[in-house]
Amino acid sequence: MARSMEKYLRPEVVTTPFCPGCGHGVLMGSLLRAIDQLGLDMDQTVFVSGIGCAAWIPSPNFAADTLHTLHGRAVAFASGVKKANPDLKVIVVSGDGDLASIGGNHLIHAARRNLDLTVICANNMIYGMTGGQMAPTTPQGHLTATSVKGNPYRPFDLSKLVKGAGAPYVARGAVVRPYELIGYLKKAIASEEFAFVEVMSPCPTQYGRRNKYDSPGAMYDRLGEMCANFSDADCPLPEGALPLGEF
Amino acid sequence: MPLSTVNNPVQAGRRYLSGNDAAAEGAIAAGCRFYGGYPITPSSEIMEYMSRELEARGGAFLQMEDEIASISSVVGASWTGAKAMTATSGPGVSLMQECLGYAAFTETPVVVVDVQRAGPCTGQATKVGAGDIMAVKWGSHGDYQVVALSPWSVQEMFSLTVEAFNLSERLRVPAFLLAEEATGHLRERVDMPETVEVYNRDYVPGEPPFGTDDPAGIPSMPSFGDGEKLMVTGSTHDRFGFRKTEGPAFHDALVRRLSNKVLSRKNEICRHEGYHLDDAELVVVAYGFTARSALSAVRAARQAGIKAGLLRLITIWPFDNELISRVAGGIKGFLVPEMNLGQVDGLVRAYAGSTPVRSLTQVNGSTISPASILAALKEMC
Ligand SMILES: Cc1ncc(C[n+]2csc(CCOP(=O)(O)OP(=O)(O)O)c2C)c(N)n1
Ligand code: SF4
Repeated sequence: MARSMEKYLRPEVVTTPFCPGCGHGVLMGSLLRAIDQLGLDMDQTVFVSGIGCAAWIPSPNFAADTLHTLHGRAVAFASGVKKANPDLKVIVVSGDGDLASIGGNHLIHAARRNLDLTVICANNMIYGMTGGQMAPTTPQGHLTATSVKGNPYRPFDLSKLVKGAGAPYVARGAVVRPYELIGYLKKAIASEEFAFVEVMSPCPTQYGRRNKYDSPGAMYDRLGEMCANFSDADCPLPEGALPLGEF
Repeated sequence: MPLSTVNNPVQAGRRYLSGNDAAAEGAIAAGCRFYGGYPITPSSEIMEYMSRELEARGGAFLQMEDEIASISSVVGASWTGAKAMTATSGPGVSLMQECLGYAAFTETPVVVVDVQRAGPCTGQATKVGAGDIMAVKWGSHGDYQVVALSPWSVQEMFSLTVEAFNLSERLRVPAFLLAEEATGHLRERVDMPETVEVYNRDYVPGEPPFGTDDPAGIPSMPSFGDGEKLMVTGSTHDRFGFRKTEGPAFHDALVRRLSNKVLSRKNEICRHEGYHLDDAELVVVAYGFTARSALSAVRAARQAGIKAGLLRLITIWPFDNELISRVAGGIKGFLVPEMNLGQVDGLVRAYAGSTPVRSLTQVNGSTISPASILAALKEMC
């Protein structure tokens, strides 16, 4: 992390909680840059997270109020915070398993209710913290600890799901395209409505190893190839691409 | 002093109210500023009342997607400094359990009104029961304490809701109003006071929010936005909230403090009432709506020459074991009538010493009649 971002971290925090090559570290840095560029008042911002590796992005690292909640419940806690004190900026950061599986119902209802919450989902397509089990975002056929012959089911397209539930701002970015990502995060935080940013964030430890990537670098390269921006409507997406952009 | 006398914001004087409306008014009087809930019979009138009244009084209301979300929103709201509550019944209590443990472990004041119905499961949704006594105490995993109060009248639906808020704010624990369908839907006269005593949580800027030097201490509680850069986590944490998941002695001390901060104050928390206890040989231990039938049975027994008395438990949790042991000395027996299969009976037995304890249980969805309590007393003679 660049020295200039250190002011947003608690001085007690000296190491990263993430494995080498984990995308969550890049997301953490991107989020702090977005916050810095917006000039957000950290004393009036509450970061709410669930349980999982991604939930450790803000908690306890960020020098702000942090509410590290229960698995799946971050959005519900955040709704109470925002409704009880609308002057606070409330930002949820959590994983795909957390927000879209056990917490899926809270996510779609929060999108429907349209409170001013920013929800950032670090999507590594797997349960990282618990050892690499299948998530609702795992692509069909991919290998996990609970699908050793390949995931038989279709994954959620989270951004479309949340858009369909009524979220006014939805974007999908990836840690391999940090400048675009910072732009989406800034728009989401600045918005005064419910905003959702899905961030493709590789898990080399649980996902990469099982799916035969030689290194975190190889995983990033593959993610880069899979990511295509659909903001130019005339450009057809390549086969198997993950469309990035604002929905 | 955090305890202060304030004007009662709801209409004072003699009124005719339902128990559920009285509980909602008690919440407003206590200073509740957030309600998050999900409809369930027989508690829904509390939620409907709060949806109509709370915003007009400067509070906020959210109808959540389920009870898990309800209690989660209440915990979130509580950390903004708002006194916060929800109301539910058995199935909702079951869903809330993980988060109730979170509230206990993070020392978050929350009030839950449980208007009990006949369980288990969906049971008889509109009928009365009192089967959640153990669930509210032991339902979440791990060791923790809660406060639970048991009202026997519409008047107490009001006053004990205020008290539940006061204890929750003071002790930083989840507090339950353990009501029953019969009291929630009862309509009777109340004398609404002109003023109420309310407790506002203690906050000393800069003090650690999750620990004190006292092994039974209650820390200061800041709110989000105070600039304290709070770290609230359901993982084991140090006195500043920093996650600390290594170290057996550390975890042990934290779990013990959270328990002892309640248990060491039992004398201040626990309340009961005695009727005809002075010369009683047979003592009925009752709580909630059943205590109404018990009092009438005790009076009838007295007329029939039986030296009966009533020990009415107002506080269920923490359980006043010393009270039971004290009353047990010098009597011939306890009778414990309950609308469950003997949940408080087991506790009375544990502390009654050699005094015989008889359990009178009824789980048919209706209240226990004075006649059945009287009949049991006669059999005990
Ligand atoms: C109620 C409950 N069930 C299960 C767990 C175990 N658990 C902890 S983290 C986790 C998965 C987290 O996955 P994700 O949200 O995708 O985050 P990641 O670790 O991949 O960043 C699970 C299942 C839990 N803590 N609580
Ligand atoms: S297990 Fe995966 S998600 Fe968790 S820190 Fe390691 S690489 Fe990141």
